[in-house]
Amino acid sequence: MLNKNFYLILIISLVFAISFWIGFNVNLLPAEASINAPIYDELFKILFIIGLIIFIGMTIAVIYSLFKFRKRNDQIGDGIALEGNLSLEIVWTIIPSIIVLLIGLYSYNIYDRMGGMKELNHNHEMMSSNTEKIWAGISQTSDNEISINNLSIEVSAMQFAFLFNYPKGNFISGELHVPVDQKVSMKMESKDVIHAFWVPEFRIKQDIIPGQPTILNFTPTKVGKYPIICAELCGPYHGGMRASIIVEEESDYNEWFNKNKKQEVNL
Amino acid sequence: MTISIDPQKTNNESLQPKGWLRYFSFSLDHKVIGIQYLVCGFLFYLIGGTLASAIRIELASPMSDFMPRDVYNQVLTLHGTIMIFLWIVPVVNGAFGNYLIPFYVGARDMAFPRLNAVAFWLIPPSGLMLVASYFVEGAAQAGWTAYPPLSITTPQSGQIIWILSVLLLGGSSIFGGINFIATIIKLRRPGLKLMQLPMYCWAMLGTSLLVVLSTPVLAGTLILLSFDIIANTGFFNPVLGGNVVVYQHLFWFYSHPAVYIMVLPAFGLVSEILPVHARKPLFGYTTMVFSIMGIVVLGLVVWAHHMFTSGTPPWMRLFFTIATAFIAVPTGIKFFNWVATLWGGKISINSAMLFSCGFIINFVFGGITGVALAQVPFDIHVHDTYFVVAHFHYIVYGGTVFIIFSSIYHWFPKVTGKMLNEKLGIFHFIITFIGFNLCFAPQHWLGLNGMPRRVAEYDPQFQFVNQISSLGALLMAISTIPFLINVFLSVRNGKKAGDNPWNALTPEWLTSSPPPVENWEGEAPLVEEPYGYGKKLSEQK
Repeated sequence: MLNKNFYLILIISLVFAISFWIGFNVNLLPAEASINAPIYDELFKILFIIGLIIFIGMTIAVIYSLFKFRKRNDQIGDGIALEGNLSLEIVWTIIPSIIVLLIGLYSYNIYDRMGGMKELNHNHEMMSSNTEKIWAGISQTSDNEISINNLSIEVSAMQFAFLFNYPKGNFISGELHVPVDQKVSMKMESKDVIHAFWVPEFRIKQDIIPGQPTILNFTPTKVGKYPIICAELCGPYHGGMRASIIVEEESDYNEWFNKNKKQEVNL
Repeated sequence: MTISIDPQKTNNESLQPKGWLRYFSFSLDHKVIGIQYLVCGFLFYLIGGTLASAIRIELASPMSDFMPRDVYNQVLTLHGTIMIFLWIVPVVNGAFGNYLIPFYVGARDMAFPRLNAVAFWLIPPSGLMLVASYFVEGAAQAGWTAYPPLSITTPQSGQIIWILSVLLLGGSSIFGGINFIATIIKLRRPGLKLMQLPMYCWAMLGTSLLVVLSTPVLAGTLILLSFDIIANTGFFNPVLGGNVVVYQHLFWFYSHPAVYIMVLPAFGLVSEILPVHARKPLFGYTTMVFSIMGIVVLGLVVWAHHMFTSGTPPWMRLFFTIATAFIAVPTGIKFFNWVATLWGGKISINSAMLFSCGFIINFVFGGITGVALAQVPFDIHVHDTYFVVAHFHYIVYGGTVFIIFSSIYHWFPKVTGKMLNEKLGIFHFIITFIGFNLCFAPQHWLGLNGMPRRVAEYDPQFQFVNQISSLGALLMAISTIPFLINVFLSVRNGKKAGDNPWNALTPEWLTSSPPPVENWEGEAPLVEEPYGYGKKLSEQK
């Protein structure tokens, strides 16, 4: 009996060790380029390790049973008439419930750190208009910060392109330029069907819906050029609906901004 | 004057065709209807599989070069619709339900045989209509979810035919659901208690409750959508003040339970197959029943997890995260119980057993990615990517379709009186299992790294992994060949099975194989312990 328990404990610790090793050493995710990304990757790692432990454990249990309890040629009759075991059932109801509950609380914490539970707001002027009701999105900043130092951009999506309107410079661009480490607040609306704004390196996605503006806030942390991908089926050229987000140093951004900005016409 | 119908006259055998012609008639025999569902479903599976192969050929190269882009969208829409509404739902519910439920409750037929036949005969015309819509103005091309405004703005005739077809299939499903509930509750043989029923009855009771509660919502939604298309109403059309997010709520109120409509019957079937081939009682019967009902209740309140990136307020996202994640608990209980059923048994390693074990491994994998997807912050990155495509194929193909094959190997001797060839069966399992995992496991990585779903073109950096996936799809396509050969050879000159080749205890095996028209020559047997393996009952045989 002691021997049996020893092997069981050995196998369980091996499964844990392998899962942790894979979880910490195998990277399945693209580069991290926003404040959201490392928070997301932390959640991913935890879920990946728990998932591996359960999957490897269950697979070993099934394959072991098939070998250990297979019917030999000389055997007749049935297996043991075991119809259930109440304490076992209680154990495998309560343990998964606790795991699921902990994962839920943890992911709530992650979502809160991403700013998902904050009040959604673009800026105060827009909220005052009655016709516009903000429905959803990710907000990374509180109300007060928004109006002070946010870069506000208005995104409109259509079959099959994104357009980025910089209200401060009064111009529209097909490429999204943002300065690194600067909070960006986007109000998005579609002109025709549903689209979605997705930057894999930022780990953010938000549908762009006709008739209902949505909000997406993020802070890029790494200079570079990343793809903006439409993730909602929007028609025949859905696969080609791409744009780029260019994260650059503040001086480079200002240069680009000043080059494109429309001068106020003075009479 | 009252009209009295003599049941013996209406069921007069001499009026019904005999032999193989029965399967092309408006037969009222539940066994004939079950086989009609199965064969019809399998033919649509071949069509849906051909479409899937076309998708994987297109995706073997990064450019959109195999078919025009709008045709690609039609193909993916038809693939999803056919596989769900014409293959999986009719087969796990209609085919096995009709064949097995009357045996399990000790009845001679279903409660409403004519309704049953009508439910089946709605399927071939609506399926043909759906496929034929390709030749009109192009089939529907807004995906199987048909989200407006895309479904309103794409060519209309295809979308309208799609709506009509899904409405008919939904009607068929509701008729079937009502019939199963009535049969299980009211037609039980005297003396047979609810808690003595084989597990598949409980699974079908739960499934049918979901069908009856949620399918009418889909029907209503699609009728409103068709008004928007034909009559220019503005329910979901934002140009006329409609709300596109409301459609998504209504659609997923059916379509998430639809996942359980596809999966719960498979849970029931595997609970019948494992005890027979492991020679052990089903572990934890009572908790299995409660976990099915738990899944039914929870399954109705999780729909918005498909909409975490749409217009949903934060509190709603949180509620649906927790509700969704908790489905893992009753589902987990079932998987632990199945492994415990295997534990200490005397397991025959045959095709039915291998497909069932493949199901356990695949489904656990799909379930784990499902719990991850339930977490809002996790879902926001991978929603609408190939990660989701991989996840739900692990559930519906790795899960349910594996169980459909397992069930065919298990009940083929019952239906035909012949055995399927085991060597071909094991070969079929091996290439299906390898092909399936090769096709869908790499797609998780694609989704995480930036490949959205429903695209005909993608970044060249994803080409190698997509080609592995396409190779897996090729193996899956090839795997149907040994299966078809096996079925055709075995029907003609397979080994004689005898009445009960597996020495099983569930009631369908306590009659001849194939069974007579009204199931039993004499009175239906009272089976109080359908899983009484290891007790004297089965040792005697």
